[in-house]
Amino acid sequence: MKPFTTLTAIAAPLLRDNVDTDAIIPSREMRSVSKKGLADGLFAGWRYVAIGSREPQRDFVLNRPRYAGARILVSGANFGCGSSREHAVWALAEFGIRAVVAPSFNPIFQANCIANGVVPVLLDRDVVAVIAAALEDAASPHLTVDLDAQTVSLDHARVWHFEIDPDAREALLAGRDSIAQTLQLADQIAAFRARDAVARAWIYTSVERTRQAITGDPSS
Amino acid sequence: MSRTIFDKIWDAHRVTRTPGGLDLILIDRILLHERTGGVALRGLEERGLPVAAPDQAFAVMDHIIDTRPGRTDRTLMPTGTDFILATREAAGKAGIRLFDLDDPQQGIVHVMSPELGIVLPGATLICPDSHTCSQGALGALAWGIGSTEAEHALATSTLRVRRPPRMRIRIDGELAPGVTAKDLALALLGRFGVGGGAGHVVEYAGSAVRALDVEARLTLCNMATEFAAFTAIIAPDEKVIDFLEGRRFAPTGADWAAAAGHWLSLASDDDARFDVERIFDARDVAPMITWGTSPQQVVAIDGAVPAPGAGQGTTEGQARALDYMGLAPGMRLAELPIDAAFIGSCTNSRIGDLRRAAALLRGRHVAPGVKAICVPGSTQVKRAAEAEGLDEIFRAAGFEWRESGCSMCFFAGGESFGPQERVVSSTNRNFESRQGPGTRTHLASPETVAASAIAGHIADPRRVAAR
Ligand code: SF4
Repeated sequence: MKPFTTLTAIAAPLLRDNVDTDAIIPSREMRSVSKKGLADGLFAGWRYVAIGSREPQRDFVLNRPRYAGARILVSGANFGCGSSREHAVWALAEFGIRAVVAPSFNPIFQANCIANGVVPVLLDRDVVAVIAAALEDAASPHLTVDLDAQTVSLDHARVWHFEIDPDAREALLAGRDSIAQTLQLADQIAAFRARDAVARAWIYTSVERTRQAITGDPSS
Repeated sequence: MSRTIFDKIWDAHRVTRTPGGLDLILIDRILLHERTGGVALRGLEERGLPVAAPDQAFAVMDHIIDTRPGRTDRTLMPTGTDFILATREAAGKAGIRLFDLDDPQQGIVHVMSPELGIVLPGATLICPDSHTCSQGALGALAWGIGSTEAEHALATSTLRVRRPPRMRIRIDGELAPGVTAKDLALALLGRFGVGGGAGHVVEYAGSAVRALDVEARLTLCNMATEFAAFTAIIAPDEKVIDFLEGRRFAPTGADWAAAAGHWLSLASDDDARFDVERIFDARDVAPMITWGTSPQQVVAIDGAVPAPGAGQGTTEGQARALDYMGLAPGMRLAELPIDAAFIGSCTNSRIGDLRRAAALLRGRHVAPGVKAICVPGSTQVKRAAEAEGLDEIFRAAGFEWRESGCSMCFFAGGESFGPQERVVSSTNRNFESRQGPGTRTHLASPETVAASAIAGHIADPRRVAAR
């Protein structure tokens, strides 16, 4: 995972509440059993004139020339609600989006962002509205997200602080792979499970026994 | 110190606390489906990592498979077969028990897991699917995650999670006749909004919740994800124990006795503290129907479409929803003509749902021009319904009777309702294009769906029943 420190980039305002993961990546656009090849389907229902078409809907924010190359998205409350599909974040990341600014995020979506190096930036609804309006007015709609300092700034003039889970911040700054990190604790986990298998035998035996009955093989 | 049910389960599963302040939580059950499970198993394989505890993982085909009779690996979703084949292959390689499309115990993951006793009270259970919260109905801590976290759980039998805050929603009073757990779930969304759960573990408590049977509790907990909750949970009681006894993966013998005793000790202590407490009165709930494109945009069935600015989303969001739904403020919901009716999904497709819908449909027929479909939530539900003759009632009333699966709860590029078609649906999401490009979805209970199908317009099931 790519570390994230600070990013100054074009930011696109998509000021709607409850942007759901079906809208971010419609199910019909998840065509292969893969984490790749999804950018093309990002916001397909809004970005193209018709289902299955690739003709751009001219007024959709990501199609407007001034927001070409956007790497930051500014949106409304409850961003990423709906389906848990991580494809929504994979599509955003592959498209180039590295940070999403919103007043609130769906919890699963937020975890998926962090797992993929995309920074969920939480700012008050009023602040988000101010930023979105400023981007529309700016000659060049740039925003800076500084994860280390936990700030968002506009034109180096206006600066806002944002909160982020400290562990998530560390993980994003370091580009950390949490699976590798947890695997280092394998012994501790095994010892915990061994104790648990005594205390709550039924959690383990209920699935083991049934499997044996199915396969006739006590080792499988 | 007194603890909530959530605290008891969390503490019993906490392996350690990481330096970053996250808890490393032991995961007892992992469920996968072909839509997101195959990609997680492949991701793991690409990293060269084995599944740590394959006995505790289960996979099922539900999302993409065809639900028309005589189904095969071919499915209407373009490239859908790839997902089916990839999941079958990956589950086989990993040594994970798969409930394939022709398995008599196949079903929508959140329907088949309780049915088979895969989910157990006091257990931690995860699935890369947002409606995993449904399974909190049995007193498990069950929550939805993404693919990367699924890979983490498969590889390590744990997840790193920051301890979520706790909310209790106490629901007292009796639900009126003809009002169901689905109406209650929708009414809660109407009252508290789609952000109302705000990342909390929501414990549903109170006399109205205790009065619900296990299936109804599954319906109530199902929509906690629409509420932006971390998950939902209900303390297990004798109803849950009766429900689980003898299920295929439930403990037996001495293990059963030990487990059942443990389960009854999980309830929140009397003086346990919650971060947020909310009160709701079940007596005020009527059959509910959504009018917009967010599940919080909901009114009682005899209500009218509200004017933008009257809550239920931003003014702009409401205007957008009205436009999409082809509605105007002040229109009465109960008079809107419908094109289709859908009974199915992990919210409302269990045997009790089908029985209640069938009771309305018996001796009646859907209105001309209405496409009506019933998709049982699992193959077991389907067979049980057929043994009771419910399939005959549905068919005689003009409903299609399908094989189990997610079906048209969501549109994946294959089968769908048409653009601008108005559908009354027992599902959980009314998002734009959720059931088909441009399709207009109204969420309701299975009774309301059945009643509306008969009437040809959105209809109050209590009126239809009385006719
Ligand atoms: S029935 Fe619908 S909501 Fe439930 S798991 Fe399937 S697609 Fe998701």
